[in-house]
Amino acid sequence: MTIDLLPLFEPAGIVVAGASSHPGKFGFAVLHNIITCGYSGRIFATNRNGGSLLGIDCLTSVSQVPVGQADMVYVCVPAQAVAGVLREAASVGIRSAFIASSGFGEGGDDQGQAHARGLAALADELGMVIAGPNGQGLVSTPASFCAQFVGPFPPAGGVSIVSQSGNLASGAMNYAAASGVGVARAISAGNATCLGVDDYIEWLADDPATTAIVAYIEGVADARRFYETVRTTTLRKPVVVVKGGTSDEGAKAAASHTGSLATNDRIFDGMLRQAGVWRSPDIGAAFGAAAALSVHQPMHGPNVAFLTTAGGWGVLTADAMSRASVQLMELPADLMDALDEVMPPRWSKGNPIDVAGGETRDTIPDALHLIAAHESVDAVLMLGMGIQSNTAALMRRGQFSGLEDIDRICSFHERQDRRYAEAIVEASQVTGTPILAASELALSNPENPGPATLREYGHPCYTSPGDAVAAFAALYERGRYLAANL
Amino acid sequence: MSSESTRTLSEADSKQLLAEYGLPILAEYTVATVGEAVVASVKTGLPCVLKLCGDTIAHKTERNLVRLGLASNSDVERAAEELLGQATTADGAVALLVAPMVRAAREFIVGADRSDEFGPVVMIGVGGIFAEALEDVAFRLLPVATSDIEQMIDDLATQSMLDEFRGEPAVDRAQLIAVVKAVGDAMVARDDIASIDINPVLIADGKAVAVDALVALV
Repeated sequence: MTIDLLPLFEPAGIVVAGASSHPGKFGFAVLHNIITCGYSGRIFATNRNGGSLLGIDCLTSVSQVPVGQADMVYVCVPAQAVAGVLREAASVGIRSAFIASSGFGEGGDDQGQAHARGLAALADELGMVIAGPNGQGLVSTPASFCAQFVGPFPPAGGVSIVSQSGNLASGAMNYAAASGVGVARAISAGNATCLGVDDYIEWLADDPATTAIVAYIEGVADARRFYETVRTTTLRKPVVVVKGGTSDEGAKAAASHTGSLATNDRIFDGMLRQAGVWRSPDIGAAFGAAAALSVHQPMHGPNVAFLTTAGGWGVLTADAMSRASVQLMELPADLMDALDEVMPPRWSKGNPIDVAGGETRDTIPDALHLIAAHESVDAVLMLGMGIQSNTAALMRRGQFSGLEDIDRICSFHERQDRRYAEAIVEASQVTGTPILAASELALSNPENPGPATLREYGHPCYTSPGDAVAAFAALYERGRYLAANL
Repeated sequence: MSSESTRTLSEADSKQLLAEYGLPILAEYTVATVGEAVVASVKTGLPCVLKLCGDTIAHKTERNLVRLGLASNSDVERAAEELLGQATTADGAVALLVAPMVRAAREFIVGADRSDEFGPVVMIGVGGIFAEALEDVAFRLLPVATSDIEQMIDDLATQSMLDEFRGEPAVDRAQLIAVVKAVGDAMVARDDIASIDINPVLIADGKAVAVDALVALV
């Protein structure tokens, strides 16, 4: 049965137990982040010495919180004091806890492991959902809730993150902030003593705010339960997994040939494929895949049409596609004819669909709609957006920027790149065909109207064509999986 | 991985058990004497293969208990005498397995095992002399759907092995899927099986055939 994690992700009131007046301490940073990121619920803080902190009058104990006023306690007191805080929290009606404190056996010490066993028993006794210990915290954008002692607070969106490393949760959120493809929930599972990765995934499967899930996993307590959970989840939502510890060869000397080949990573990999999970080698790639899966429909086939304002990318991108199970499609005759009507005479007459610099005001948006709407096109790759605005940026910085003609043409280019980005968003929404854009300008010139507009709409702009191709592979694999299993 | 199996079935018994779950095997004969071996070789046709077979004989190749490409009655007689002579008292009851000689350029390995962490798993991999160097294998948790097995085969890195190959037709995928399915179904149905190795599965004229099989019981 799914464990209700709403008190954790959308508490009506929060208590920071062990708040600190020192800005370098976790107990300060988390209170600061909760207050400044816009959480609108009731906020309480405890500090042994009382006093006022960031405008909040500290209580000296959690038991002083009025009954029923808080649903969650964020705990940053030392390990030996955690149980006492949780009992007090339960006594005032608090139903959930995030334990940031370390000292619960993560170093393998006996006393810490005893604390961990105590924590698990206490969770059962008090009927409380307990995240952590030894985690950074959690983020929940629907509640403007940033209960973590680190940054960032990412933009709101559909990707949810579960991580057995707090640092990699932050990493995924940094990619979210950079791309504009936002986050719904993110949690650093810490030692996952009471709530495991599969508990979070199970809840996120039902969470209306979540459209795709990214998980960083080092190990699971019960592989079969994990399998059943993700297999059920992927029928409803895409799941992307990064698995750590792949170099740890799990197979031992075995009597059978099969047994000697059966490393844990090979089986884990097969299990993820079987469960319809997309596996990525690192967090950047995982977020890239999740961004596409979150924003776009799955691909029904491998056929990619590639629209570009300039050449040079075609061969390498076609190679990358063939390595990644999708393909640069042959354009059907009727699409060629239709394109002839909107394209400049010197267009490439094939895929890549290269306007060869001959575009006029409406060429790119018109072509994009035509291509995306064609039944044989499973996805579109758009390159070359932002080039003209990049030139404009240079002109605007030069000493001739005041010339009327320069300003007029720069403004035109900037409007055009904005229109291209808006056409990507609109054509993919109208037709249901995924359209992915790639441009390194997203890195070198993030304010360029091309990538900036996509970011504004929460659509990914990949920083290389290869990254976009990897995302297509994830979209196509999901389409295949759903077709075979739904 | 399970490494404490208490006993293995003979090749003939292993094949017979798996044939009940649909494993494609060739008609072959278990006989006791040199004379019976010669008679059996008439039924299989020449050239044929002779193996010494018994419940405790798990690794025939390592013990040189396989004779391939026997092309005449005298070849069969001599091989049968040699093999029976190689049996040790530790082998217990032994028999001669007489099977048709299959010529194939391609080999796969199919197996199943019980993992401490994941429970029963099934595997397919590229077999043959480079199998251990390539380690080109795909695993799935049992039970598996046919679509899972199709994907396992697609997951093998050496896809060219499945296409037309050195004048032989492409691998009959449906039939290769049936091999994996038989192994998986047997593992799921029989709690007392610790592991299964079908090594090799030969591809003859595009068709998969299990040439050796070893079932280890828990």
